[in-house]
Amino acid sequence: MLTFNTLALACGLYVAALFLIAFMAERRAERGRLGILRSPLVYTLSLSIYCTAWTFYGAVGYAARSGLEFVTIYLGPTLMIVGWWAMLRKLVRIGRTQRITSIADLISSRYGKSTSLGVLVTVLAVVFTTPYIALQLQSVTLSFSVFAESTPDAPGDARATALWVAAGLAVFTILFGTRNLDIDERHHGIVTAIAVEAVVKLVAILAVGVFVVWGVAGGPSEVFRMTEASPIARWQMDQSRWLTLTFLSAVAFVCLPRMFQVLVVENSDERHLATASWAFPLYLFLMSLFVIPIAVVGLAVLPEGSNPDLYVLTVPLAFDQDALAMLVFLGGFSSATSMVIVASIALATMVSNHIVMPIWLSARRGGATVSGDVRNVVLRSRRIAIVGVLALAYLYYAMSGGGAALAAIGLIAFVGVAQILPALLGGIFWRGATRTGAAGGLIAGFAIWAWTLLVPGIGEGALMSQTLLAEGPFGIGWLRPQALFGIGGIDPVVHSALWSLAVNTLLFAGLSLVGLPGAVERLQGAEFVDIFRYSGNARGWSPATVEAEDLLMMSQRILGASEAQALFQAAARGQGKEGYLPDTTSEFLERLERELAGSVGAATAHAMMGQITGGTAVSVEDLMRVADETAQIMEYSSRLEAKSEELGRTARQLREANEKLTALSVQKDAFLSQISHELRTPMTSIRAFSEILRDGGDMAPETRARYSTIIHDEARRLTRLLDDLLDLSVLESGQVTLHRQIAILGDILDHAVAATENADSRLRILRTTGDERLVLHTDTDRLSQVFINLISNAQKYCDAEQPELRIAVRDDPEGPILDFIDNGSGIPKENQSIIFEKFFRVGDTRAAGGAGLGLAICREITARLGGQLSYLPGQGGAAFRVALPPRLRQPAQGAAE
Amino acid sequence: MMGQPPRDGAPPEGLAYRRRRLTDAARLLPMVGAFAVFLPVLWAGRDSPTPDPAGTAAGGLYVFGVWTLLILAAAALSRPLARGDGSGAGHGPDRP
Repeated sequence: MLTFNTLALACGLYVAALFLIAFMAERRAERGRLGILRSPLVYTLSLSIYCTAWTFYGAVGYAARSGLEFVTIYLGPTLMIVGWWAMLRKLVRIGRTQRITSIADLISSRYGKSTSLGVLVTVLAVVFTTPYIALQLQSVTLSFSVFAESTPDAPGDARATALWVAAGLAVFTILFGTRNLDIDERHHGIVTAIAVEAVVKLVAILAVGVFVVWGVAGGPSEVFRMTEASPIARWQMDQSRWLTLTFLSAVAFVCLPRMFQVLVVENSDERHLATASWAFPLYLFLMSLFVIPIAVVGLAVLPEGSNPDLYVLTVPLAFDQDALAMLVFLGGFSSATSMVIVASIALATMVSNHIVMPIWLSARRGGATVSGDVRNVVLRSRRIAIVGVLALAYLYYAMSGGGAALAAIGLIAFVGVAQILPALLGGIFWRGATRTGAAGGLIAGFAIWAWTLLVPGIGEGALMSQTLLAEGPFGIGWLRPQALFGIGGIDPVVHSALWSLAVNTLLFAGLSLVGLPGAVERLQGAEFVDIFRYSGNARGWSPATVEAEDLLMMSQRILGASEAQALFQAAARGQGKEGYLPDTTSEFLERLERELAGSVGAATAHAMMGQITGGTAVSVEDLMRVADETAQIMEYSSRLEAKSEELGRTARQLREANEKLTALSVQKDAFLSQISHELRTPMTSIRAFSEILRDGGDMAPETRARYSTIIHDEARRLTRLLDDLLDLSVLESGQVTLHRQIAILGDILDHAVAATENADSRLRILRTTGDERLVLHTDTDRLSQVFINLISNAQKYCDAEQPELRIAVRDDPEGPILDFIDNGSGIPKENQSIIFEKFFRVGDTRAAGGAGLGLAICREITARLGGQLSYLPGQGGAAFRVALPPRLRQPAQGAAE
Repeated sequence: MMGQPPRDGAPPEGLAYRRRRLTDAARLLPMVGAFAVFLPVLWAGRDSPTPDPAGTAAGGLYVFGVWTLLILAAAALSRPLARGDGSGAGHGPDRP
């Protein structure tokens, strides 16, 4: 006999294996070797979280009580995914192009990026998912208890088991679900782990089935005969339930937050849907193939009164098949855990994007532009939400007593989740659907669902007294929860589904018909409904007076510094510009908002963009484009618009080039006078003093020494200037010889910092020496010359009260990157493009010395070393980035010690 | 349910036509499936008028039979549909 301890051990090993698989999958994904992680097989298997522990154990129990009806729970999803071409394909396309992060995000985004709708759907999702998670905890503890009964030393408290399971799941989910804020919200580790769990549960149920059919009954025909003779031999179909349950399960397959997560959000390729359209029904088919045989055999061989919900486990145990029972236990465990993990991730995403972020944003006025990383806020709120959801589910389980009442929750949740359907279907197929309609329908539907099914369903008489059920509130008969309008005698689930969905749909359609949607709403409506026709055409932003630098500053905080910089750089390059600041065209604003939406949800992203652009979201032309529903004119005008936009851009570029040329020419003139001045001043004093020395015969030795020193100093200044000029021309002509050697980056920086140290400077240099242990193969003298120049520039020009220079080092795959960022007022935008030109000096600061050649020399040196020196906008102060070529792959630690 | 596969050398219009009928078939399939799934309502009801009510065993064979056919039909449709939809397959905003 299996003991409780063996079981706990097996469980622990299994979980460890899952950790390992998830970890390895993440590692593979990080290295970009997605391969099997992105295959249609993994996608199909991940859909199997539809089969929770409720269906793994419960299906057989269901069959033992009501025969074939259990199969409706599987037939609904089958019909839904077999018809993928009509609906799921559109949903997945919308999810991918609009960067949808959850079902709440979809609804909120479609209806004008409405924060309130997002909150509404999120709250409702928490309401119907929490009991469902509690049900999973119950099934795991129940299966544990089957073994605990036979072992005297087992911990008797089922609640303790549930607590451990909940805590373990929270840890796993936080580890792999909130490791980083992905731009596309995909979790490779978790998806791979649940794919493995999907295989385990399928193998487990098939093994029991094969054992029961061939091992116990003696072949399919025997099973057939046994079924004919069993208590469930007659197919007593309740027609209304058959239809309703098939419909509800089809809807739940799409609308359940966890299903939406794997079906839409985690989808990496639309073609996977085509494979899943037959492979997932096959999975469901195999999962349910042996349900009736197991139920029939269980009814025949097990003693009366044993719990049919545990037949899958108790039948093998009754025949002393310990290994098989263990497999089944792991299968059930898998079904429960994979559901809980994905459900809590989906809920956490919704809570952080639709509840925490809007509150956080409004708590800080003008919050989008202050500094600090928003990603930490998002990640932390997700982690807290995961723990919160699991704690809530555990409390629910503990308080409901874990009795039979929980088992009814599955169907109750299905009816609740179906309330999203009208808003969802209307959103993707009907342009006229409005926010008011969606909100009205949702609220009414949920209220009726709660009144007719949820409250009466939680424990007999727990929240609602028998008299209330029988007579209605205050004796108002037509409000009786299970017989609205006096129409009684209907199955409670059917009754609730019918009324709630009918009223929901009616209100949704009615309010949409009479209401007037806002501009963003109409834009989004057109975008969603015509996703296949005008993909990515709509513009939500008019090119307002937005500074690209402000946008970059905000994006860095959400997407991360390097991702945001890469995005801006790519956009700028697409427009034919250098550097990090693209023109703020409407395409760029639209695309940026979508990228942000992929991280924090559409409503929040929209609000943040609104704060920066000052809320001028939709232009008159955009409105006309929506209002005018004839495609022809739209096509034509959009083509014209694109043309004029292009012309405008070219003109802008020309103007920019012209300005640069003019500035250069002015500088050249300035340089010529500058250089003659620079040359003449020392020359004059040299000549003057040497004449005095030549003519003045009797002179005190001190005076003579002083004059010679002046001559000497001036001559040195001349030499230095000529050296710089020579250096630059050598560098520019490419005749420079580099003395490359192996060195540690930190040492070069140390040298540069030491060389620039002087008593007058108040500049504080902040370094993270840990990051600087990089081995380079470079010309150390030249590189340190660059660093010295950048540091002394900060010493000269940083105008902060307490000047600081932060040197940040990052080991990028494309080579080490050093950012020199000070806290001064930075370089004005109009100067950013010419600071690297020769003889440029910020303002007229001759006092600072030097002829304005430093940065030009630095840029040439870095270019010769194979790297790049550039100005990095949007960092608060002046910031220079030194990007070095890929370094030698060699462990730095050994060399550093 | 499916149309004839396009013959070799068929004109492009013919191909496009076949493809449109293929998508029609894909939209039709769930309706046909729903019809077959809901059909037992007529003869397996609790208070069915038939003197000899349907059995769970036979009913199970019917349901799983329908299921098998649905899977086969979906598999047959999925491949040509996915192939033709290649243009939109990698769709989505470009990564920077």
